[in-house]
Amino acid sequence: MAVIIGPVERLVEEFSKLPGIGPKSAQRLTYHLLRSPDKDAHELAEAILSLREKIHLCPVCFGITDKELCVVCQDEGRDHSKICVVEHPSDIPPLERTGKYNGVYHVLHGAINPARGMEGDNLKIKELISRLEGDVVEEVVLATNPNLEGETTAMYLRRLIMPLGIRISRLARGLPFGADLEYADDVTLGQSIEERREF
Amino acid sequence: MRTSRSYQAHAVIIKQSKFGEFDKILTIYSSEFGKLPTVARGACRPGSKLGGNVEPLTYSLLMLAKGRNLDIITQSQCIDGFTALKADLWRTSLALYILDLVDSFTVQNSENKPLFNLLIDTLHNLSEEDDGGEILLRYFELNLLHYLGYRPQLYRCIICNSLLLSEVNYFNPGLGGVMCPNCRENGFDSNTISVNALKVLRLWQNCDYATAKRVRLKPTLQLELEQGMQSYIRCILQRELKSMVWLQNLRREMKSSEVDKTNRNN
Repeated sequence: MAVIIGPVERLVEEFSKLPGIGPKSAQRLTYHLLRSPDKDAHELAEAILSLREKIHLCPVCFGITDKELCVVCQDEGRDHSKICVVEHPSDIPPLERTGKYNGVYHVLHGAINPARGMEGDNLKIKELISRLEGDVVEEVVLATNPNLEGETTAMYLRRLIMPLGIRISRLARGLPFGADLEYADDVTLGQSIEERREF
Repeated sequence: MRTSRSYQAHAVIIKQSKFGEFDKILTIYSSEFGKLPTVARGACRPGSKLGGNVEPLTYSLLMLAKGRNLDIITQSQCIDGFTALKADLWRTSLALYILDLVDSFTVQNSENKPLFNLLIDTLHNLSEEDDGGEILLRYFELNLLHYLGYRPQLYRCIICNSLLLSEVNYFNPGLGGVMCPNCRENGFDSNTISVNALKVLRLWQNCDYATAKRVRLKPTLQLELEQGMQSYIRCILQRELKSMVWLQNLRREMKSSEVDKTNRNN
C-alpha cells in the first residue's frame, strides 16, 4: 500500500471538493503541482486568495466586482433606464458577449423554488423593487432561465413590477441557432410557433 | 418489473436538480413504476432533444435505459406540457405544491396507478379551473391520503367506535380520525371539527371531482378545512412542506396587493 504524505493528501482532499473533480483527477492535479515550478504554485495560491479577498458584490446590481461599483454600473455610456434581471452573476458574460444589450443588470442570486425553500425573501427582489422606485427606469428585461423556476420567478416579478407602470419584457423563447426541427422538443417547438414573427 | 435493458414509462416530472455541467437528475412519478430517480444526460445543453420535455410539471412518455445507479432517460415525448398552468403564478404554485406532496408521500419503485391517475386528472382540472383552486387542492389531499393508506376515519369515533353524531366533534391528526366529545373528555388532545366540515370531507371522500366542486364553501369553512388537512399532513410527514409555506405567503401578498388596489380606486 502506498504511503500518502500529509500535505499531499490534504491538497487531494481540497481539490476533490471542487465540482466535476473526483479523487483521481484531484490526485493528478496535486502531483502536477508538485512537479511544476514553485512560481506556478504560488501564483495559483495567490489567485485563489485574491478571489476571496477582493471580490465582493456590487451594491447596486449585486453582480460581482473587485471595485466599489461593477464595470457595468460605473459605465456612464450605458443605458441606465434599462435593467436586465438575471439569476446568477455567471449569466451576465454571455449576455454581454452578444453585444446587443446596452442597459444595466440586476442579479437575483437564485430563482424561486417553492419545494426547496428558495423563496422570494432570500433573493435580491426587495432590492430590485427599491431600485425601480428610486431610479428612472423605463424597461425591465426579465432574463431568468426559461425553465419552471425561472418562469415562476419572472411571473412573480411581473406581479410586483406591474403596479409601478414600467415596461416589462421577457427574453424570447424558441429554437436555438443550428438546431434541427426533427429533433426539437415539443414544448420549445410549440412556443416558437406561438411566438413566430413577421418575416 | 423492469426486466429488459430499456423500458418505457408514462410519467410526470416532479422534481429536478442540476447534475454536473449539463446533466439533470429528475425525479419522475410514473404510471408503471411509481416514483423513480433518473438522470437526463445533456438536458441543460441548448440544443438538447430532451429539453422542455423533461421540465418539472410536464407529462411525458419517456424511454429509459437501465443505468448502474440511476436509470437514464434516452428519449422523450411530451404528452401534456400544462402550458396554461405554467402561465399563471398562482396555479403554478398550486401545482408545485401538488408535486411536492406526491414526492413527499411516495416511496421509490412503488407503483400506484389510482394515485397517478388522480395526479394527472388534478393537473388537468387545475389547467381549466377559474377559481382559486382551493376545493381541488383539498380534494387532491384527501384522495392522495386515501390511496396511500392514510384515509382519515370520519364516520366512527376512533376511540370508542361509536357512530359520530351530528354535533361538534374533534379531529385528532395523530390517531388519524375524528373522535366523539365523550372520548375527548378522557384527555385526548385534538381540534374541533364542525358539522359542516365533517359533512364536506365525507362527501369528498366518496365522490368524483365534478360533484366535489359543486360544493360552495364559506371562507370560514374553507379555512377550517385547510387547517384540518394541513395539521393531518404535517403530522404524517413530521415536517412542514416548504411549497405550502410559499403558497400561504403568496396568498397573503396577493390579498394585500388587492386591498391596496381597491384603496387606491376608492
